[in-house]
Amino acid sequence: MSLLQIKDATLKFGGVVAVNNLSFSVNEGEVYAIVGPNGAGKSTVFNLISRFYQPHSGSFTFDGQDLLQRKADQVADLGIARTFQNIELFDHATVLQNLLVGRHRHRKTSLVEELFFTARVRREEIAHREAVEEVIDFLDLQPYRDKMIAGLPYGIRKVVELGRALASGPRLLLLDEPASGLSVEETQDMRWWIDDIRKQMGITVLMVEHDMGLVSSVCDQVLALADGAKLAEGTPAQVQADPAVLEAYLGAGAV
Amino acid sequence: MRILFKTSYNDDIRLFPDRWVLLVYGALLALAFVLPLLLDAFYIGEVTNVLIWAIAGLGLMLLTGQTGQVSLGHAAFLAIGCYSNTILIEMGLPFILAFPLAGVITGIVGAIIAIPALRLHGIYLAIATIALSVLADDIIVLLDPWTGGVSGKFPAMITIFGLQIERWTMPVRFYYLVLGVTVICTLFYRNLLRSPLGRAFAAVRDSEVSATAMGVHILRTKCKAFGLSCMITGWAGALMGYYAGAFNNETFSLVISITLLMMIVIGGLGSIHGAFFGAVVVAFLPQVLSILKGAVLGGGVAIPGLETGVFGMILILFILFEPMGLYGRWLKIRIWFELFPFARKDMFRRQKSYLKTERLR
Repeated sequence: MSLLQIKDATLKFGGVVAVNNLSFSVNEGEVYAIVGPNGAGKSTVFNLISRFYQPHSGSFTFDGQDLLQRKADQVADLGIARTFQNIELFDHATVLQNLLVGRHRHRKTSLVEELFFTARVRREEIAHREAVEEVIDFLDLQPYRDKMIAGLPYGIRKVVELGRALASGPRLLLLDEPASGLSVEETQDMRWWIDDIRKQMGITVLMVEHDMGLVSSVCDQVLALADGAKLAEGTPAQVQADPAVLEAYLGAGAV
Repeated sequence: MRILFKTSYNDDIRLFPDRWVLLVYGALLALAFVLPLLLDAFYIGEVTNVLIWAIAGLGLMLLTGQTGQVSLGHAAFLAIGCYSNTILIEMGLPFILAFPLAGVITGIVGAIIAIPALRLHGIYLAIATIALSVLADDIIVLLDPWTGGVSGKFPAMITIFGLQIERWTMPVRFYYLVLGVTVICTLFYRNLLRSPLGRAFAAVRDSEVSATAMGVHILRTKCKAFGLSCMITGWAGALMGYYAGAFNNETFSLVISITLLMMIVIGGLGSIHGAFFGAVVVAFLPQVLSILKGAVLGGGVAIPGLETGVFGMILILFILFEPMGLYGRWLKIRIWFELFPFARKDMFRRQKSYLKTERLR
């Protein structure tokens, strides 16, 4: 059964058609990758799912619910978490606090309770910390737990952002270029994590990625985009062999 | 060097991370309690002034330091707090009810004003809130029947369960009242910081895009920040009214708003300590200046604008050389001693941040 279903989505910025009549669906428990040259509209698709952009037409369904009825801040409540291409962490907070913001959708306490820090708030805080600690363990972030983001190296920030998304306990995880800027070893770690996220946690992953090595090793399905439209869809091997994909990447006549 | 060894989640949450810190702040509070025995009435008055400014600073710090929204309109909220407290007491409410209520009223008014104002960003928000400060003056004059207009008002005597408190004749009692309010406000601030709302504030400050993606409602969070900030500011305003002994439309001017903002920048944005350090500077600088002036030029010589000029210069120097404020400097000195002799010169140089995702507005 498909968890996320997008039908005939179109988004225009003035005269530029960023996403053109795009349809695809992601099945529960799958790792699904979107690839394509720069400017193909991959991140735009993510921003559409996160409801940062309003599509001109098309339908977006998540687990039977209409995504377009939701505002951007209500998407997280459905169980959709995401990371950003250029890392959007809260720089002047610690790793722990960043991960705890991921728990925001699970908060139950009111403003007045929090002002007085009642016993219930304390219980909730401890429960949030237990949930976050599992993520910290999973991603080996223990040495950085109480460090400020502003002083951390790029590779660690990338992992913290993944952790923040995981901390929210999502059903669908959107990863915008999880391996960009990472070293070979860090990319390898990322690969194992994505594998474990799917197998151990049962979270469906939709990712945008340029590293075809990573894509072909972890993904079940690949969607190739060019100029906002679907070029090819299928298993990594199928997509890599598709003549239209080769043409978009390497130019006509290269094949 | 102390090493924090955490064995339970409560270690993360509790107010004081370890015994040593508890001891330091306990000692500080104890000192504050016995201060009236050590100082004469004049200096107790000055310390009271510092504490009142610190409360106002905590209020603005919550908004500017914690949530990243600039406000140059907080003098207006000091005024709302001050007038509503006085008017409520004149209507017959006891102080113990009127005072908290005055803060709540200010908070509600602040949250309502915030709904349109907080759609603006950065410098535009600052300009919109300046308008508030300017408007407050006129509105107080227009509401003459309640506010006493240009001729102003005198705050009523404080009576808490039969205990009378007055700033001039009983400075020590007034000092304890202000100290109590300060402790409560600081506790509120700390409680917010360790709960989901406080983290949402920081999230809104650092990245609205990813805060939204995590399910934080930006406008609602900002309104809560504005409301809570105004509540604390309102209490500070009510106390300022008592401290001044009389107030009218000109008491809470734009200059007060600017001074407040300067105060938290000099103290160190985003920290409770910053509000207190800043308050010490703001409250004592005029005294220090007049003593210095007396020593250099002899009494009798007046230099118009001296205070404002020196304030401005200090602010510029801080922004240039110590953007983290006095609290940042304090942290650096402390770490230097903790790590001695291993502190390095470039230890506090921050890595330049990477390009942020395009802003969606």
